[in-house]
Amino acid sequence: MAKDEFKEFRLVGTRPDRPDGLDKVTGRARYGADISAPGMLWGAVVRSPHAHARIVSIDTSRAEALEGVKAVVTRADFPTGLTGEDWDLQENTMAGERALYDGHAVAAVAATSKLRAEEAARLIDVTYEVLPHVIDVDDAIKPDAPVIREGAADATVPEGMPPNVVRYMEFGHGNVEAGFAEADLVREGHYKTEATHQGYIEPHACLGQLGGDGKGEMWVCTQGQWFIRKMCAGVLGLDAAQLRVTPSEIGGGFGGKTTIFMEPLSLALSRKAGGKPVKIVMTRSEVLRATGPTASASMDVRIGMKKDGTLTAARAEFRMQGGAFPGSPVDMALYCAFAPYKLDHVAHVGYDVLANRPKCAAYRAPGSPMGAFAVESLIDEMCRELGLDPMEVRLKNAVREGDRASYGPKFASIGLVETLEATRAHPNLAEPLGPNQGRGVASGYWFNHNGETSVSLAISEDGTAQVSIGTPDIGGSRASIALMTAETLGIPYEDVRVNVVETGALGVNEPTHGSRATFASGKAAVLAAGQAITEMCRRAAAEWGIEPEAVEWVDGAAQPAGPNAGKFPPMSIAEIAGKMGETGGPISGHHESVPEGVGASFGCHVVDVEVDPETGRVTILRYLVVQDAGRAIHPAYVEGQYQGGAAQGIGWALNEAYIYDDKGRLQNPVFLDYRVPVASDLPMIDTVIVEVPNPGHPYGVRGVGETGITPPLPAIANAIQDATGARLRALPMNPPAVLAALKAARGA
Amino acid sequence: MSKIHVTTTVNGDPVEFLADPRETLLDCLRDHLGLTGSKEGCGTGDCGACSVTLDDRLVCSCLVLGVEAEGRRVDTIEGMADADGLHPLQRKFIEHAALQCGFCTPGLLVAAKALLVQNPDPTEEEVRYGLAGNLCRCTGYDKIVRAVMDAAAEMRQEAA
Ligand code: FES
Ligand code: FES
Repeated sequence: MAKDEFKEFRLVGTRPDRPDGLDKVTGRARYGADISAPGMLWGAVVRSPHAHARIVSIDTSRAEALEGVKAVVTRADFPTGLTGEDWDLQENTMAGERALYDGHAVAAVAATSKLRAEEAARLIDVTYEVLPHVIDVDDAIKPDAPVIREGAADATVPEGMPPNVVRYMEFGHGNVEAGFAEADLVREGHYKTEATHQGYIEPHACLGQLGGDGKGEMWVCTQGQWFIRKMCAGVLGLDAAQLRVTPSEIGGGFGGKTTIFMEPLSLALSRKAGGKPVKIVMTRSEVLRATGPTASASMDVRIGMKKDGTLTAARAEFRMQGGAFPGSPVDMALYCAFAPYKLDHVAHVGYDVLANRPKCAAYRAPGSPMGAFAVESLIDEMCRELGLDPMEVRLKNAVREGDRASYGPKFASIGLVETLEATRAHPNLAEPLGPNQGRGVASGYWFNHNGETSVSLAISEDGTAQVSIGTPDIGGSRASIALMTAETLGIPYEDVRVNVVETGALGVNEPTHGSRATFASGKAAVLAAGQAITEMCRRAAAEWGIEPEAVEWVDGAAQPAGPNAGKFPPMSIAEIAGKMGETGGPISGHHESVPEGVGASFGCHVVDVEVDPETGRVTILRYLVVQDAGRAIHPAYVEGQYQGGAAQGIGWALNEAYIYDDKGRLQNPVFLDYRVPVASDLPMIDTVIVEVPNPGHPYGVRGVGETGITPPLPAIANAIQDATGARLRALPMNPPAVLAALKAARGA
Repeated sequence: MSKIHVTTTVNGDPVEFLADPRETLLDCLRDHLGLTGSKEGCGTGDCGACSVTLDDRLVCSCLVLGVEAEGRRVDTIEGMADADGLHPLQRKFIEHAALQCGFCTPGLLVAAKALLVQNPDPTEEEVRYGLAGNLCRCTGYDKIVRAVMDAAAEMRQEAA
């Protein structure tokens, strides 16, 4: 099965229609809210209107008296004594003694209709004692800030740190002071990014059922059905295997659907309502107020550069709040910050800080965009100061295979240099720029991830194949896995059906996260297909009366391997499958592991902007994404990941932000005010797929989902400076912020 | 609140349902008629996932009350393909990989169809502004715009 590097693949790299396309263009595909059950109740959640408040009392009597109300739950209905992440999840699912952010759930109700449930929720009387709150990360880290939770700091936090610091880290190598001394130019900058939301268009939705016997079922939109199972079981004190979780089609996740929010509430309500299924569908404002946005960040970066552009040393100190719970991605932000650069001297310091905001969830390359905003902005400023080409400086300092990464390990095969060279050669860089127009470049990095993976493949009686995978298909992964499976088996793409299955059907799978689906489920599917091939060769060998080793698999058929093996006509997969009942029973393959050989992915973006000097509005004129895919299995969906990541990054850079009032209430919990990019905000997004195959994957896949959100933040800031001379060091770079910066630059 | 009997036409078929006067047309389509192809992304008229046409006019069904459908004609994504097969827009969306998660897709298809009725030969900019009321968080719109323009070209050719 060894793959010839230079051999054209029959299917890998082609662009067939995706297998779930028809369902999705006809409205037939069933998402989280699209399923109902007989006797179903509707759930509604009561949420805190305060950023921080003690819950004095909850009176549910008026709600319970309403006709049609079947269950009301509060924290009193949850088990006690949880610790660690289970406790955090439980506390976030339903507030205990205190509400910790605007939108924190405090009670939930189930009734016979959606309207009745909403009415009942309004009848639940909660008495709060409002407490001082803190929103901004730099305020939250002050020694006298309101304390979110005593004793939340873990063992990494040294004695004497401010009370909201819950995790602390320090790492690096070399001697940064010596490195800075070697530099011709040392500069430092302070940067801030605001929290943004993943903004998937499908709100969270689930239909949960739980009986008094502890057995339950759930239909839910999620990136990971096993995560839902584990987390719900943890929060409710259930046995995981008693809960069957079926993933619906998923309307976007971007990391935000790798955890639980109202899912345990539907189960708790169902149990209290005698086991009737309970459907909960969040409103958009619930999604924005109470589900995971990303963290906000305050960052200091210091970099040393020689006159020729060589980097001599770098230091980053990042502070991030990820809401009222530990878990901001400050570690990831630091790991990624300097990853594109070869550095002998580098130091990182990070603080994970609590604030009165919703518990952050993963968002596409968690942490990497913030770190890149700081580092790639400062490098660009230094290139300007020294009169150097930012592309050349990036190439000069680019990491290569075998180099030590800024965060420690040695890089295996990577394609940064190839990515930068492809960028430099792109015609967009030669486009002339007019007045008020500017160009910015920036790099980005994501590790990619493997994770627990279990895949089963079964050959049908007609020689077609079904593949059961555990990673929900968010952006075309059924197509990529069908392509790789069909390529391996030597059968048509259309002969493979890929099913995303429920928790009862496979061993544990991590979610579709970390850009892992096509890498990990894909690799497992190829290995499972290999097992099935071995078995089919064995059956052919038995029929021919030769040794199994003397049979090889070519173009979807078993054939004698060479003239010495004997003279038999090839036996096709359909022929072998057709008689499986007489030759030993079902033919299948299975693979489970934490697949080794993850391949990291670098990207480089180039953006041309025009800045309106009157209004401060930034228009994206041209946008280029260049990224190493390892190998693009279905190039159209790889381009789609590049374009979608860039669009999210553009939104983060220019407009999206969590806006709080002085009481700590979110001011923009609707799409009108939390404005994500629309079609008229963007140009076409040009893409170049660089392919430096990952030797750790049978077809060279790296994983492409996340890197693309990282470069837009700094690339746009760099382009704005190129256009106007004004440097913005805080996000979002919306018209008022740009106008203020233009004014400051003119005054300077 | 007592319910109101509504008689209307959905995708060419006569239908009846009982609506609470507070329920939106989107709720009625999804919860009373089982037509879950129209999606709720916001409920406030900002995302377009719930797009349907009411007497051929493109509307956000989350901003229309179910009882307003009385005596009108509602067309949804479920009615877009006919017995002969997919609408060119549906085919082109698949062909151009204009969907990733697919959640915005029904609304975008309904809106794009309405756009092409008004303007069979739109420029890229006209497509972008015409679809600015439909949020897609996955694709960055590039492939959506290409699919719509390609479908428009094919439909013009068929009409000629
Ligand atoms: S659900 Fe109607 S516009 Fe968003
Ligand atoms: S394809 Fe996911 S929102 Fe458009």
